[in-house]
Amino acid sequence: MQNSFNIAVTVNDTRYERAVEPRILLSDFLRHDLGLTGTHVGCEHGVCGACTILFDGQPARSCLVFAVQAHGHKITTVEGLGTIDNLHPIQEAFHEAHGLQCGFCTPGILTTIVPFLEQNPDPSEEEIREAISGNLCRCTGYQHIVDAVKLAAEKMRK
Amino acid sequence: MTKKFIGKRVKRNEDPRLLTGQALFVDDVEIPGMLHAAFLRSDYAHARLLSIDVSAARQRPGVVAVFTAEDMGEDWQPGPPLVSPPPTAKDVIFHSRRQVPLVKDKVRHAGEAIAVVIAESRYIAEDAVEDILVELEPLEAVSDLEKSLQEGSTLVHDDLESNLAAHLIQKKGDYEAAREKADLVITRRIVTDRGAAAAMENRGIVAHWDEKSQHLTVWDTTQAPIPIRNGLAARLGLSANQVRVIAPFVGGGFGPKMMMFYPEEMLIPWASMKLSRPIKWIEDRRENFYATTQERGQNHDVELALSRDGHILGLKDVFLHDTGAYDPYGLTIPLNTQCHLMGPYDIENFTSEVSVVFTNKTLVTPVRGAGRPQGIFIIERLLDIAAKELGIDQVEIRKRNLIPPEAFPYEHKIIDQAFAPLVLDSGNYWPVMKKALDMIGYDQFVKEEQPRLRAEGKYVGIGITPFIESTGVGPYEGARVTVEASGKVFVATGVGTQGQGHFTTFAQIVAEQLGVAVSDVRIVTGDTTEFHWGTGTFASRGAVVAGNAIHASASIVRQKVLKLACKILETPEEELELECGLVRVADTPHKSISLGELALLANPLRGAVEPGTEPGLEATAYFGPQYGATAFGTHAMIIEIDPETMMIAIKRYITVEDCGTVLNPLILEGQIHGGVSMGIGNAYYEKLHFDENGQLLNASFADYLIPSATEMPRIEVGHVETTSPLNELGTKGVGEAGTIPVPALFSQAIENALYNRELEILETPLSPNRLFELLVNEEKSR
Ligand code: FES
Ligand code: FES
Repeated sequence: MQNSFNIAVTVNDTRYERAVEPRILLSDFLRHDLGLTGTHVGCEHGVCGACTILFDGQPARSCLVFAVQAHGHKITTVEGLGTIDNLHPIQEAFHEAHGLQCGFCTPGILTTIVPFLEQNPDPSEEEIREAISGNLCRCTGYQHIVDAVKLAAEKMRK
Repeated sequence: MTKKFIGKRVKRNEDPRLLTGQALFVDDVEIPGMLHAAFLRSDYAHARLLSIDVSAARQRPGVVAVFTAEDMGEDWQPGPPLVSPPPTAKDVIFHSRRQVPLVKDKVRHAGEAIAVVIAESRYIAEDAVEDILVELEPLEAVSDLEKSLQEGSTLVHDDLESNLAAHLIQKKGDYEAAREKADLVITRRIVTDRGAAAAMENRGIVAHWDEKSQHLTVWDTTQAPIPIRNGLAARLGLSANQVRVIAPFVGGGFGPKMMMFYPEEMLIPWASMKLSRPIKWIEDRRENFYATTQERGQNHDVELALSRDGHILGLKDVFLHDTGAYDPYGLTIPLNTQCHLMGPYDIENFTSEVSVVFTNKTLVTPVRGAGRPQGIFIIERLLDIAAKELGIDQVEIRKRNLIPPEAFPYEHKIIDQAFAPLVLDSGNYWPVMKKALDMIGYDQFVKEEQPRLRAEGKYVGIGITPFIESTGVGPYEGARVTVEASGKVFVATGVGTQGQGHFTTFAQIVAEQLGVAVSDVRIVTGDTTEFHWGTGTFASRGAVVAGNAIHASASIVRQKVLKLACKILETPEEELELECGLVRVADTPHKSISLGELALLANPLRGAVEPGTEPGLEATAYFGPQYGATAFGTHAMIIEIDPETMMIAIKRYITVEDCGTVLNPLILEGQIHGGVSMGIGNAYYEKLHFDENGQLLNASFADYLIPSATEMPRIEVGHVETTSPLNELGTKGVGEAGTIPVPALFSQAIENALYNRELEILETPLSPNRLFELLVNEEKSR
């Protein structure tokens, strides 16, 4: 069996070429090979959503994908959304509406929300709850997250 | 004095880093040459360890070491006790049995660690775990609380006579005499079962022993970095100054991360010293279900004695408390239960007898609520039953029994979790309850809406549950506040933070004293190099105890600032004000000096200072409350039950909280929302199912359901403020308040919704399935 494969992945608009073992999870690859530790791992069985990234623009659980499967694809992680001095409107809205407490689930929620708001710029509360129902948060009870998403939608419509 | 910063909806200082993936969590620590650990854990709940062969694992390429209990030699020691043992009084039994780093002779719960592999990567370490040959002789497991105390039951700890870990009786007044006088005595068996804290971040630890500097640095997902540092130094034979423990950003705590000296927490630093290499261990979710502590298993046999008009004459409760395989946390949880059994009510006669029981299950230590939800569940269930039997309204029976405002401070004449007398410091309970009733429109719902909806065939119910929460317990916390030459303020305190917003609320407290912007106050929590006195974040005490220590330090710094500025501005102190980072003369605002300039002047490089002068604008102070502050609140809820699926739709959810002075309403609301969501999980979704062999049947997020956004209602929060006389800020804690009354509230609302059934709920957690079973049973018994 071949021990490692050469892959080329574009993450947050930077192209990376690395040799990886086929069993390495994309979550581990992003966090530990590339040092992009903003993507979090809460369950490694595809339920909590903390590890959500954008895979060719679509939300995907990086704990359920092998790094080799990302070969030739475009990935966006939370680090690719905005910076401390230049927050993405969704990040700004989470700050204003207190949409996070410990912040562990937050990167996965932000990456889930980006394509959601692109497709649905003026969502109802119910639609928002549905959209984040695959992201577990133990701290907030979701209410301020919902408020933050509404606020983000407003900001982005402007 | 009107407050400028305290009580304001200030946005959090910590958010930008968290939002951009720039906040450091333990698993983000990378050190060159770092190794990774994985554990071999027992599949059996109870078994004798016959032999273990790690030779194949040691030979696997990439494996650096494998350790078993035997390899630890003299260093193999059970963990330290976490709380002081109960006073050696007559009738108090307490057998302390603490968790061990690795199983030596006998496995006592499924998931207990038997060996640890250290390898170049986590993947290799896990491969090598599979190489270990271990021979275990399974023993009969003790899972059920009652059975474990029966004569002839298998023993969890062979050196004890039985599985009784502790026994304690608390008495107030004369229950038996009160019972004699009662018109009604309600007797029930009420059972509460286990749930998980399920913080989104699992536990983790990185230890780095640097041989050259003889220094150990540990990053730990702990709620209590300072005690961990002290304990590690003691165990590893180091001076406390050689050990630095950092609790960086932590992805939720909720109690179990307060447990001191998990086996891994001792082993990883120990192994790092043995190998002189940095080592990382990150718990996976499955391990979290088996090896991280849990809570809430109790069986209560209770009696409530009442007069005809619904006044409580006395309460008696004999209960069993499940501590799991070991009891490092002593009696904290059952004592909390006892202290909440009387809820917010004026009860003169009380007897409570607790037997703490060892079982072959995961260890039990506090989980958000920590024994309190059980106490509240018992008393509230009993009052609901009493109301029905006496034909008194649910609200009225509660109102009649509330402790009146003039009775505070209210001495309960029993002991609390610190073995100190339980005193409720302050409160005015009825207005809080009344506000909740008004917000939910109780009368209107009961009189108009509910009959109308019932006529339409809908199962709608209402619940209203008052509760108390003991918070802000001692012993103490401390803080150092420093004005820096940049004019910014630096604050260090010992407590760890797991999302409570300390970087903001603490900054508000400082800003209030020093007149700087909240964003100009930089807080460091949970790094023993920055501040090394204190205990930790637990029992809803951060804002109360650390908050008041910070307030005390900031007040001293304010005095120093004024004293110096008064000389420089040649103006009496009374005429000076601290605003916008400046000290200025109140009616001549252009006559001013910045805090930064003052800080420089306070630390001169040349010349002489007056004798006794301390350099800098800095102060360290401590705060230790006389006793804990008790918060109060009421939750109310309207639900609709789908009679086919037993799914519950929450139509309205109200909480009214009185937690003294509110530091930041935005953050407070967040704490309450989160608490309620955990409470809803506890009440209707989450239960750890252990079978009779001590096997956990639902150890994954696919099987153990925590509420998602679609199960959570919108929560309406109301506030009432009765300040605590026990601290200058007047604060009480609120971290656990959201969780405490929810199981009681659910039971009440469900019974109310299923008005045409003879349903009496005497257990928690429930679930749609369990509710269905209860209804089937009820139908059979008709
Ligand atoms: S870590 Fe990937 S879904 Fe939980
Ligand atoms: S903010 Fe802590 S898990 Fe969501």
